[in-house]
Amino acid sequence: MTSPANDLDRLVGREYKEGFVTEIDAETLPPGLNEDVVRAISEKKREPAFMLEWRLQAYRHWLTMREPRWAQVQYSPIDYQAISYYSAPKQTPGPKSLEEVDPKLLETYEKLGIPLEEQKALAGVAVDAVFDSVSVKTTFRNTLAEAGVIFCSISEALQEHPELVRRYLGSVVPQGDNFYAALNSAVFSDGSFVYIPKGVRCPMELSTYFRINAMNTGQFERTLIIADEGSYVSYLEGCTAPMRDENQLHAAVVELIALENAQIKYSTVQNWYPGDELGRGGIYNFVTKRGACRGHRSKISWTQVETGSAITWKYPSVLLEGDGSVGEFYSVALTNNRQQADTGTKMIHIGKNTASTIISKGISAGHGQNTYRGLVKVLSGSDNARNYSQCDSLLLGDRCGAHTFPYVEVKNPTARVEHEATTSKISDDQLFYCRQRGLSEEDAVSMIVNGFCKEVFRELPMEFAVEAQKLLDVSLEGAVG
Amino acid sequence: MLKIENLHVDVDGTPILKGIDLEVRAGEVHAIMGPNGSGKSTLANVLTGRDGYEVTQGKISYRDRDLFALSTEERAREGIFLAFQYPVEIPGVSNLYLLKAALNSKRKHLGLGELSAVEFLKLIKEKVKLVQMKEEFLHRSVNQGFSGGEKKRNEILQLAVLEPLLAILDETDSGLDIDALKIVAHGVNSLRDAERAIIVVTHYQRLLDYIVPDYVHVLANGRVVKSGDKELALELEKHGYTQLVQSSGEGAARSAGA
Ligand SMILES: Nc1ncnc2c1ncn2[C@@H]1O[C@H](COP(=O)(O)OP(=O)(O)OP(=O)(O)O)[C@@H](O)[C@H]1O
Ligand SMILES: [Mg+2]
Repeated sequence: MTSPANDLDRLVGREYKEGFVTEIDAETLPPGLNEDVVRAISEKKREPAFMLEWRLQAYRHWLTMREPRWAQVQYSPIDYQAISYYSAPKQTPGPKSLEEVDPKLLETYEKLGIPLEEQKALAGVAVDAVFDSVSVKTTFRNTLAEAGVIFCSISEALQEHPELVRRYLGSVVPQGDNFYAALNSAVFSDGSFVYIPKGVRCPMELSTYFRINAMNTGQFERTLIIADEGSYVSYLEGCTAPMRDENQLHAAVVELIALENAQIKYSTVQNWYPGDELGRGGIYNFVTKRGACRGHRSKISWTQVETGSAITWKYPSVLLEGDGSVGEFYSVALTNNRQQADTGTKMIHIGKNTASTIISKGISAGHGQNTYRGLVKVLSGSDNARNYSQCDSLLLGDRCGAHTFPYVEVKNPTARVEHEATTSKISDDQLFYCRQRGLSEEDAVSMIVNGFCKEVFRELPMEFAVEAQKLLDVSLEGAVG
Repeated sequence: MLKIENLHVDVDGTPILKGIDLEVRAGEVHAIMGPNGSGKSTLANVLTGRDGYEVTQGKISYRDRDLFALSTEERAREGIFLAFQYPVEIPGVSNLYLLKAALNSKRKHLGLGELSAVEFLKLIKEKVKLVQMKEEFLHRSVNQGFSGGEKKRNEILQLAVLEPLLAILDETDSGLDIDALKIVAHGVNSLRDAERAIIVVTHYQRLLDYIVPDYVHVLANGRVVKSGDKELALELEKHGYTQLVQSSGEGAARSAGA
């Protein structure tokens, strides 16, 4: 007689296919952080003067801040002087034709299933490929330019559209917002920039693929997406990293701005290296993501599938400023082995008749710890605000944990805020029932987990929903004979 | 098809089945009756390979193979189907999805290709009609929020789709109204042919009016205490189990003393 716990152990063993290292000549700043490092990064990128000033301000602010400790995660202190803040494959800067990109990089992305040759690419998806600290290639730029859409790395945007960057950068996540955001503001090296002009429905899915390769480097990318009046864009980010025994820091900032009647759909499939089964190595994913529904009747949707990282600390949020604006957060977070996730969202209702929806699905296996932390805040001027939150946790085995912290602050009596939460377990009875119908144990677990996540998966663009489903399968896959 | 010899089974160290002999040939329908706690569901669980049952003696062959050498899912794919006494709810997984996964895993095992979406839907619609279920049930989560009777009927839908060689029905009739009982019986009977066998566990003679058994066995205290034809069920209905159970107690005392 095998005990169910053992079966689950076998089931949740995982294999991390993206864990390879690319051997490439890189230009890497020595570890350590001071004003000179901030200046060096800005100089390397030949940034306008205002940008350096902005970075230095952020850096000085960061020095006064402390690492947040309120999250339900545990890790040894991070030595910020032991991290290198810039690493880039040696190549000429600026936008490149495919021939100018190092073949090793093309190969890396090909191996990850993200071909950068436009003819090989997934139909209808443009990619910005970020490798360690820099963007190496953005595909379909010309196609997009015809529609007036700007999609490039943020370094390029600083050269070519400095006025747009200056106007919006830090307008949603201020430099001193939190410890990691301040650090990012000081040292961010690259990331994606998107501008969708008035009335334009972006003709392609836009996506950024983040890859950490170099050792002992942090990745601090910055993404800025502006959807002008009446425009629409769907954007997706994916991420992977090699398997290494030491932890690596990824502290990104993403800012979204939706003007009147504009819509931004932002999807993440996060598959950073999670560490091994004993909790060695893996990425610390400390990320600040926030969108502002600045215009009336604008809408921002965050959809995330978080299967990777040793520690995830992220709360994609929406500031519902415009009247009638809508914020959505759909999340699947899976923690296995020793992974820890403290994730959720903040919906801040400021305008009138604003609505938000939160659907969070946490899956814990092994010794994984999964925390949902959400804030729904309705300010006094926000008449008729609506929120619906649903937080479901699924436990596989009995050594993992699920925690839910829903905070609600309502300052307007007309608000309607609903919260539902459930915790369930995959039971032996369910597994036996499925197996009696001919399903293997693996297929049964995968079917139940996917069923649990359905409401979130259906928010993902089609191709990525399939990808996400596969990713969950891999994360739960083991050597069931 | 199925041959059970001197089967002894412990649960948590307590003997529950204490020497069962039973042979079921293709084409036959066997009814198993017996008081609560006599071991009927235990037998069904052992036949389907559920964890937690320790076989201490005896053997079972299924289609000339050692049943214990097969995993639960292999037994299922080889044609053993259990209609559960208490069907399990699986939130988020649609009935349709489970049916498709189940059918395809069986087809794959038998070296057949997966059915196309169109073929599959056609088959399902046919079967849904057979058990007179509303199609909307296909899109609901497996058994979630189903009434007791609906759950039982859903088991028969699965049975109809998977067309097992050996179907075990564990009290599928309990909780069914008379119309549903007829529908369930109809579903089961339409599966009946020379290649298949059915084991019906029930407390009520009523079901056996519709699914007419070739043999009736009475299980008491983990043993088959009496076997007969369908008349035995009528007799039990009249006189209850008391006498049989008492004599089985004596039997136990005798064999222990020997
Ligand atoms: N997991 C278990 N742990 C302890 N005892 C068990 C377990 N499973 C079964 N038993 C015991 O074994 C005996 C036989 O149970 P079983 O469910 O097979 O009876 P049954 O004949 O199906 O009864 P009913 O007609 O009530 O369905 C009962 O006394 C029951 O309590
Ligand atoms: Mg029973």
